[in-house]
Amino acid sequence: MAEEERFAPFADAARARDADRLGMLIFLASEIMLFGGIFAAALALRLEHGPDYAAAAGHLKLWLGTANTAILLTSSLMAALAVEAARAGAPRRAARALLAALLLGCAFLAVKGVEYAGEYREGLMPGTATAHFDGPAQTLFMNLYFVGTGLHAVHVTIGILLMAMAALSQRARQDRNAMLIGNVALYWHLVDVVWLFLYPTLYLAGVR
Amino acid sequence: MTDEPRFEHPPEEAATSYLADGYSLRSWFLTTDHKRIALLYLVSITFFFLVGAGAAALIRLDLLTPQGDLLSNDGYNRAFSIHGIVMVWFFLIPAIPNVLGNFLVPIMIGARDLAFPRLNLLSWYIYILSGLLTLYVVVGGGVDTGWTFYTPLSSVYANGAVVATIVAVFISGFSTILTGLNFIVTIHKLRAPGMTWSRLPLFIWSHYAVSIIFVLATPVLAITLLLVAAERLIGIGVFDPRLGGDPLLFQHLFWFYSHPAVYIMVLPALGVVSELITAAAHKRIFGYWFVAFASIAIAVIGFMVWGHHMFVSGQSVYASAVFSFLSIAVAVPSAIKVYNWTVTLYKADIAIDAPLLFALGFIGLFVAGGLTGLMLAMLAIDVHVTDTYFVVAHFHYIMVGGSVTAFFGGLHFWWPKITGRLYNETLARIAAILILIGFNITFFPQFMLGYEGMPRRYHVYPPEFQVLHVISSMGAALLAIGYAMPAVYLIWSLLPGGRRAPANPWGASGLEWTTSSPPPQHNFIGQPVVVRQPYDYPLAHPVSRDDG
Repeated sequence: MAEEERFAPFADAARARDADRLGMLIFLASEIMLFGGIFAAALALRLEHGPDYAAAAGHLKLWLGTANTAILLTSSLMAALAVEAARAGAPRRAARALLAALLLGCAFLAVKGVEYAGEYREGLMPGTATAHFDGPAQTLFMNLYFVGTGLHAVHVTIGILLMAMAALSQRARQDRNAMLIGNVALYWHLVDVVWLFLYPTLYLAGVR
Repeated sequence: MTDEPRFEHPPEEAATSYLADGYSLRSWFLTTDHKRIALLYLVSITFFFLVGAGAAALIRLDLLTPQGDLLSNDGYNRAFSIHGIVMVWFFLIPAIPNVLGNFLVPIMIGARDLAFPRLNLLSWYIYILSGLLTLYVVVGGGVDTGWTFYTPLSSVYANGAVVATIVAVFISGFSTILTGLNFIVTIHKLRAPGMTWSRLPLFIWSHYAVSIIFVLATPVLAITLLLVAAERLIGIGVFDPRLGGDPLLFQHLFWFYSHPAVYIMVLPALGVVSELITAAAHKRIFGYWFVAFASIAIAVIGFMVWGHHMFVSGQSVYASAVFSFLSIAVAVPSAIKVYNWTVTLYKADIAIDAPLLFALGFIGLFVAGGLTGLMLAMLAIDVHVTDTYFVVAHFHYIMVGGSVTAFFGGLHFWWPKITGRLYNETLARIAAILILIGFNITFFPQFMLGYEGMPRRYHVYPPEFQVLHVISSMGAALLAIGYAMPAVYLIWSLLPGGRRAPANPWGASGLEWTTSSPPPQHNFIGQPVVVRQPYDYPLAHPVSRDDG
């Protein structure tokens, strides 16, 4: 393969990397809009039915949500350290940091699972819920909670798989530009940021 | 077609054209060449156009009599639903960006391909997958929600393959997002040396604007449809009041996507027309920056007008007043474009070829559609004509009269470049005029019907409306002939012995006319270097090659 063909359609490697990064950022912008619909719905609900919204939010386990926030933030830090390690030419350190981020991601899902199980026992799940709530606004809050955190959990799962892929790929670990690891970390930060908005929107709304 | 090419031919030792580069199925279905992918899209959207047109034919035939003799009530609902769904998501949205845009965006900026060629192929496969699912819906029971999927009809009452349709539209959204992402990165990162932002063709500006909408609006539709599916399948009630949901929430979320979707359909058309007008006038476009930024302004303001679909849904009157104001404001950049095209044509040396006829037809129909859009943005008028044929006529003037006419104009303009063949100009002119006449006979009576009170989506109507309905159906037959004609003479031009196209049959400016027709595999021989402003008529040497 001729040298100039390697990065086709780009003229050189730097330009190709720029384009990869831009593509990832644009994709993340569209992800933000995906969650934006749910946030818009939740905020409209809160404006229209403030007291009901707060009462329903009181059903959530605040300390589990808080623990998960800490877990996910730490995980995001690990992903950032993996990028730094790859850039510094330390592939083993990068792999270890990715592994840590990945395990923390799994811990997040485990906590979320415990939380869902508890909510199922309390009869807060959609379809079983109406008896426990005063009025439709509270039910809608709970439904939005399940849709929002459920969609977020799907993204966490995808993020874990992506990080596993990056950790297993020798080429990704040894890339001094950290292209793959960098883009995966960006995705993981987005998952983190979405949670940082879900947490106050859903959990902190119930704090009196 | 009277002008000889007015500037230099590409080097004569041109490399193999992209069409001659392999004839196997594999060389087409696994290609990463943006030009071949554009042709894959052309064939597929033509197929879906026929599906949607078939449904439209059923609708117009059924409406010939006031009793709706042809279709059952349910059959009629299914016919207009599938017409809307197929035409919006499987024809209009991909038509110009994925065929003409895919082919031209890299060439116009002097690149050899889109930034992510494999992603481009993937987005075609995603489109085909979602299209197949839609075809399954057509044969497997149909869907009766209309293309808008309003809840609680779609989530509770509708029968038929609602979830399958929703999944199909959801999947097609990924194809759209990937295309938009690819265009934005390409325009940012792959412009040829010297191709500054101020030298971008207006076609590129409008595709940049539409890509922003692709990326930012489509995911909102995705989440909305996902919520409808979740409600139908597992009872997570976000929209159904009995499950705690809010049906109006659906309309907000849906129109937050679907009003920008209207601009998805029309922005690329505006870009095409800017190219057609300047090429026919052989003049630099009047007010380049106004036309370029009008595209961006439409994309931005278009995100803030969705409430005008909900004037009678019980939204607050203050919100309605704001949405009304913003909806009127979004007409300003569109009007700027129309004025600038008109001024560009003023006192120009105009070549009246088929592409110009399509462009002029576009301007007339777009103005009619736009002005009735202003009427609909007024609260009082909208209350009177909501959900009537007035609305139907309005959006068909924009989507069919506007977008489809521009698509045909663009196809005629770039056909010599895409295929390397010239079509029969006389037939093309006749088709352009026939489409304009047929369109107006079909849809103008619908304005009158709507204003008199004929509601949309009903097939049984009072007998006094029959005359206008019959006129409309006759016009549709004429329109069908107009649309069928290009299929014949364009395919005819491909047969052995068809006339070969020179590199620049229109004497137009723009990088795409400096390469051979059809272009070589990598679009240009060597890296083009741009040294002139866009539309620098009269043409001298708008582009030079490696020597700068």
